[in-house]
Amino acid sequence: MAGGGFKRLRESLQRSREALSAEITSSLFDKLDAAAFERIEEALIMADLGAPATAEVVGRLEADVESGSVSEGPAVRERLVELLAGLAEVGELRLEADPGPAVVMVVGVNGTGKTTTIGKLALDLKQERGLDVVLAAADTYRAAAIEQLEAWAERAGTDIVRGSPGGDAGAVIFDAIEAAESRGADVVVADTAGRLHTHGNLMDELAKVRRVAAKRLEGAPHETLIVIDATTGQNGLRQAQAFADAVDVTGVVLTKLDGTAKGGIALAISRELQIPVKLIGVGEGIEDLRPFDSREFAEALVGE
Amino acid sequence: MFDQLSDRLQQSLSEVRSRGTLNEGDVEVAMREIRLALLEADVNFKVVKSFVASVKERCLGADVLESLDPGQQVVKIVNEELAALMGGASRDLAMASSGTTVILMAGLQGSGKTTACAKLAKLMAKDGKSVALVACDTQRPGAVEQLVTMGERAGADVYEQGTEPAPPEIAEWGLKRAREERKDVLVVDTAGRLHVDEELMDELAEIKKRTKPHDVLLVLDAMTGQDAVNVAEQFSEQAEFDGVLLTKLDGDARGGAALSVKAVTGKPILYASTGEKIEQLERFHPERMASRILGMGDVMSLIEKAEEVSDEKEAAELERKIRKQEFTLEDFLKQMRQVRKMGPLQNVLGLMPGMGKAMKQMRQADMDDGELDRLEAIILSMTPAERARPEMIDGSRRKRIAQGSGTTVTGVNQLVKQFAQMKKLMAQLAQGKMPDPQQLMKGMR
Repeated sequence: MAGGGFKRLRESLQRSREALSAEITSSLFDKLDAAAFERIEEALIMADLGAPATAEVVGRLEADVESGSVSEGPAVRERLVELLAGLAEVGELRLEADPGPAVVMVVGVNGTGKTTTIGKLALDLKQERGLDVVLAAADTYRAAAIEQLEAWAERAGTDIVRGSPGGDAGAVIFDAIEAAESRGADVVVADTAGRLHTHGNLMDELAKVRRVAAKRLEGAPHETLIVIDATTGQNGLRQAQAFADAVDVTGVVLTKLDGTAKGGIALAISRELQIPVKLIGVGEGIEDLRPFDSREFAEALVGE
Repeated sequence: MFDQLSDRLQQSLSEVRSRGTLNEGDVEVAMREIRLALLEADVNFKVVKSFVASVKERCLGADVLESLDPGQQVVKIVNEELAALMGGASRDLAMASSGTTVILMAGLQGSGKTTACAKLAKLMAKDGKSVALVACDTQRPGAVEQLVTMGERAGADVYEQGTEPAPPEIAEWGLKRAREERKDVLVVDTAGRLHVDEELMDELAEIKKRTKPHDVLLVLDAMTGQDAVNVAEQFSEQAEFDGVLLTKLDGDARGGAALSVKAVTGKPILYASTGEKIEQLERFHPERMASRILGMGDVMSLIEKAEEVSDEKEAAELERKIRKQEFTLEDFLKQMRQVRKMGPLQNVLGLMPGMGKAMKQMRQADMDDGELDRLEAIILSMTPAERARPEMIDGSRRKRIAQGSGTTVTGVNQLVKQFAQMKKLMAQLAQGKMPDPQQLMKGMR
């Protein structure tokens, strides 16, 4: 992934930080009374961290202050960052497969940014890492989803295997793996139709698509990424749980962090389900898909 | 998870019942539960704070202190206050007295604008109106194609000029054409945009200026979290939207964002999208949303759905049969089909109060529509006599039925056994004894 440097994340989280620092200011940590802890609690709830994770973090912070293990304002702030970062499980994309290609399947509810994420990922894999990528346009349901991915394939200069609208998504993945194998490509990235996790029949269909990939190539899919929109509230937990049950999710991609939403739900998912966060999307540009760094994320959440 | 706020409240206030009065401490406990339930439902923190304050005030009033069941009373107050906050009845779209009515759709990326445009067109076309859609999303690749395809499905004309012209130009051109073609309604689809993207928000304002829409609808994802308030405030300030169209309500999100947006902007929620199909867009019912946010089930919707598919006389006959334990597999089949007409099983159960737990168990037990298909196949492979008196099904009959339905002897066995249990449970139910839903589900398995 386009290396290090999280300046961009900090910049794009500027707005979040401004909003948060209205709640958390450095002076807040100087006088730690009940009201101060309440303010911290509020700030975390407003960041969509959810009540259980917020209670855990603030409870531990309070205990540390009481026991005297942290006392100074800056140290308390630092401890809060540590506790928040500690909620996240961080993971890297697994792109090694022997025999290749590595298969990455991208899933999620409607409108979280799956297709856009795949477009950016394809560009990054191809142009930054020099990998040979085949896209599988397996969202055969949404009107023009195939055209949308095709536009990205063209931009990235990658091959694309497409099905027909309303066609069998499993067959598309199957063909894409076959195409990748026959020309020795490194990675297959498969788009899938957005679906609400409550629609049992659609979840079954997704599980079937995954089985088709697994049957065609041992170890596939090597990655199954769930795309979560940063504006999502506590329902994100249910989404992640349902998709994990159906297709064994290996990582979270948190998108749309360039708005005012803070994406605390990603930490809640990580904490509750032990699914690592692997990538974040911080803008519309191709370079705006980045590896997740829990420390930077927590820093950005708490602010200066 | 707070599947049943009402259960939790009654539990936390159970001691009060024996004591007979509510004191401030009790109310504090209840308010904590309410606060957590609302946060769990993604109601904005600040909205929760002021809401809980007003509920608390009412709970400390005398009528509660004297009430027989304080838990229930608190639930009632919360429900009433919530319904009041959600706003009164929803209104129709503002239609022009003559000429073309213009509706402008706006929202964040991925909130479901394009789909909502087509659904709205379908809804109005059903009312006999001629509808056109104009494609002003020149940002997202494939957005124009998507609107063209979905517009066709909705039976609406789609006006498009590709992605080259500026969106305000396309919108203005679309309006001119709609007037020339004497369309009743023009729905303007726009690109998803962040509320903090000044350039795109200015563009939206420009589209608005050029088309003078009769209604601007903010398309809002029901799963939105705390940020919904920021989004709504910005869109309200810069695009002065008139109402909200809530999408993805067919999921299991409690939809607290809807409440927050109403509380902060005062704008009503007009429509809710409740499924993948193009006709699944409904008028919004604020009072039902209140119950949903509290996790109390949407009883009204359930009753309405049931009324749509059932026949009064049949229902009375069924009740008699259940009471007398004359309920047969034939009746069971009929009932099952009727329930299924109401939609996918999980949707239907999701509307029922107290079924949250049962639904989870169903998911674990794989009790889904596929399972119902199997049950149906088994019953259809039985003779009328067997359906009326399942106890006559012996070994060889079981084998025949299993073969005929493509299932197993064990499967047939299970159905027969569980049907007997279920019959008993249902008779109890009819006599007014409410069985544990868990047991009921076991009966169904």
